[in-house]
Amino acid sequence: MDWSNFFSMGGYAFYVWGSYTVSLVAIAAEVIFLARRKKNLLKRSASHVNISGSTFK
Amino acid sequence: MNWYKYSSPTAFYPLAGKLIPWFAVPATLLFIIGLYLGFFVAPTDAQQGDAYRIIFIHVPAAWMGMFLYVLMAFYAAIGWAFNARLASMMASSLAITGAMFTFLSLVTGALWGKPTWGTYWVWDARMTSTLILLFLYIGFISLQAAIDDVRRADRAGALVAIVGVINVPIIYYSVQWWNTLHQGATLRLLGKPSMDQSMLLPMLIVLAACWLYSVAVVLQRLRCIILEREQQAAVAAEVV
Repeated sequence: MDWSNFFSMGGYAFYVWGSYTVSLVAIAAEVIFLARRKKNLLKRSASHVNISGSTFK
Repeated sequence: MNWYKYSSPTAFYPLAGKLIPWFAVPATLLFIIGLYLGFFVAPTDAQQGDAYRIIFIHVPAAWMGMFLYVLMAFYAAIGWAFNARLASMMASSLAITGAMFTFLSLVTGALWGKPTWGTYWVWDARMTSTLILLFLYIGFISLQAAIDDVRRADRAGALVAIVGVINVPIIYYSVQWWNTLHQGATLRLLGKPSMDQSMLLPMLIVLAACWLYSVAVVLQRLRCIILEREQQAAVAAEVV
């Protein structure tokens, strides 16, 4: 395996790696925003004691 | 076991939490395997060189964008017709991930179009209808965000989602119905795929990974929506 060939993608590096970088960033952003949303919610729900008789963990 | 009880959001919440790792872990593994096969095993294409490797993310993203829309419209319709709160929340949860994949199919498509067609964008049937799909998702999300009463927001969203379903077969058949720059379908519902096995397999594995990923994030977002609505209800109860 020749790594310089791998990175240059036969001259299409910008398009190929661009596509995968955007995809990775979008997926990572979705996961991170979701984790934050959950964390903030749990913080708030701790101040509202035992909403409708159910406990959320 | 009484499965019916899980149609209640509070009962579904812990179940969803337990299910998530069973989708998230295989999703990660399949992403790695699929991309490994796509970059290190699949050969360079005779016509397109290595530019074709964009297909391993482009086609799965495009499929997920369409598939999640149909699923979203289905849940929105169930939520409306049977007054099922959890189904409506599922529709809201699906919208963000569906929009994300549709966005990715457009961006990766543009990046593939430039080296192969010489342009990032043309207003042809396939691309225009996919852009409309993204606008339908955005319309659904912003309409729901604009309405305070959640059940009214669910019904308004359902209307947009159901009417917009007509766009999905238009996207799918656009390459046959119109003379377009976009190539024909790689995967066909009937008949053999137009692709070599060594290139097809990584694409299908990434598709499976995207599907498992979607289940995991949609369930997690559904849990957030359940919590948010419970909190809103609690705040409303305190005010009264």
